[in-house]
Amino acid sequence: MSLTINPVMSTIMNENNVETDVKMSIKNLNFLYGKKQTLFDVNIEIREREITALIGPSGCGKSTFLRTLNRMNDVIEDTHVQGTVLLDGEDIFAPDVDVVALRRRVGMVFQRPTPFPMSIFDNVAYGARINGLAKGANLRDLVEKSLKRAALFDEVKDLLHQPATALSGGQQQRLCIARVLAVEPEMVLMDEPCSALDPISTARIEELMVELKQEYTIVIVTHNMQQAARVSDRTGFFLTGELVEFDYSTKLFTDPRDKRTEDYITGRFG
Amino acid sequence: MNRPPLRQAGLAFRRNLTNKLMWIFCIGATLIAIVPLGMILFYLLEKGLPNLSLNFFTQLPKPMGETGGGMKHAIIGTIELIAIASSFGLPTGLLGGIYLAEFGNNKIGGIIRFTADILASVPSIVIGMLVYTIVVLPRHQFSALAGGIALGIMMIPTVTRTTEEMVKMVPMELRESALSLGVTRVRTIFTVVITAARGGIITGVLLAIARIAGETAPLLFTAFGSRYLSTDINKPIASLPKQIYDYASGPYEAEHAQAWTGALVLVTLILVLSATARYATRGRYRMVR
Repeated sequence: MSLTINPVMSTIMNENNVETDVKMSIKNLNFLYGKKQTLFDVNIEIREREITALIGPSGCGKSTFLRTLNRMNDVIEDTHVQGTVLLDGEDIFAPDVDVVALRRRVGMVFQRPTPFPMSIFDNVAYGARINGLAKGANLRDLVEKSLKRAALFDEVKDLLHQPATALSGGQQQRLCIARVLAVEPEMVLMDEPCSALDPISTARIEELMVELKQEYTIVIVTHNMQQAARVSDRTGFFLTGELVEFDYSTKLFTDPRDKRTEDYITGRFG
Repeated sequence: MNRPPLRQAGLAFRRNLTNKLMWIFCIGATLIAIVPLGMILFYLLEKGLPNLSLNFFTQLPKPMGETGGGMKHAIIGTIELIAIASSFGLPTGLLGGIYLAEFGNNKIGGIIRFTADILASVPSIVIGMLVYTIVVLPRHQFSALAGGIALGIMMIPTVTRTTEEMVKMVPMELRESALSLGVTRVRTIFTVVITAARGGIITGVLLAIARIAGETAPLLFTAFGSRYLSTDINKPIASLPKQIYDYASGPYEAEHAQAWTGALVLVTLILVLSATARYATRGRYRMVR
């Protein structure tokens, strides 16, 4: 049994009863590693200033899916994408699309914190400097603003010129978020951003995500169903490369339509 | 249920004995490996140190048979040869290594890797002969340039492969993080990847320099050697290893003493380079993974 998105769903309102615009629209997305297909006809609409969570067992394709949204899979050889992904109505796979520009608009945070081997300041300033967004005093303001948005500034304001590797794992992950925010993206993709962190750091990142959705559209892949239920507005459940169900998180976690979703969220497998 | 006895007997006793014997063999083998090194250092110090003075670094050789004098010309020569070799050996090796690590996962990469490995195992005298044929013969002149080219060719495979290994060790996520900030592939490599691999790359470079600093064979018919101070890249030039070779095979006692001191200086230079290389890997921003 293969499900496509229920057309009724797009008329359902979110918690605040405000229907936000579609930020990214994914239609009939198929993905192949060599000859092996890992995503099958995925259709999702990701809405502006919402947190969309993607859950599912290991190897279900949720990370692969996330990585197609800013064409990060381009880096991997022998991969092939079919279907369309529209960012504000524009096809990101169109031949004249500049991948570099796409990634500036759609940033990404990874599973393990990846501080660059430079100071905290230089880490945050890195993308802005290379993209020529700010210089001198403006750059300092941008770094400060980004660190504040990532709820890290108070902890590091006296350590800005210390190596970023000296920070704790949770701080490093917030630094990576600040670094992404500094290039002023519209969307932030997070690939299991808390799986390498302790519960307290995880809670801080979750608070931060909820804070950030005021301004950004967030897509998060997580192994942690409680996390998805806590932070996200909508949740998609992936299984063996198919999107089984996509709905409001409150709905999906309490009253799933599909038997497989129910089995997964009640812990019968996965 | 089969319970093994706690007290040693039979099999357990034999295992323990084998264990102890193997341990003794290992210690023995280690000693065999270390003793020659210790003896080399000991002889160098014993024979080379008495003759070591400031003059050795600041004076030129005295005429045949006279005592005193130094190896200033050979020390300067070695430095110049290393500089010439590095000027093209390092960029080629570094860029080659980066290419192999980042884009070398294909047929061309395989060919380059194979070629570099072959080049690394070519005897150094053969590289000397090659440079003799393509540089010395057409110019009818032994020269510092020819010597530097021979040494530079020897550096390339070492630098290429160590750079490749070091760049490959940089986690993929670090590259992807930079890419996800809207940075191009090439800028990612030159700003983030190289910085992360810096310590290891410096180590590889220093070890390659240490390696060529002691080479004699490729210099025999390229740089040739000289008893005079020269910095002209178109003229034959002295070098420490070649000068040691000349002095050690000469008839005079005073020259033998110079050779020992030269050897001490050369070994010290190489040890310092290797030690620096080790130290460089403990960089400030070392990746903790």
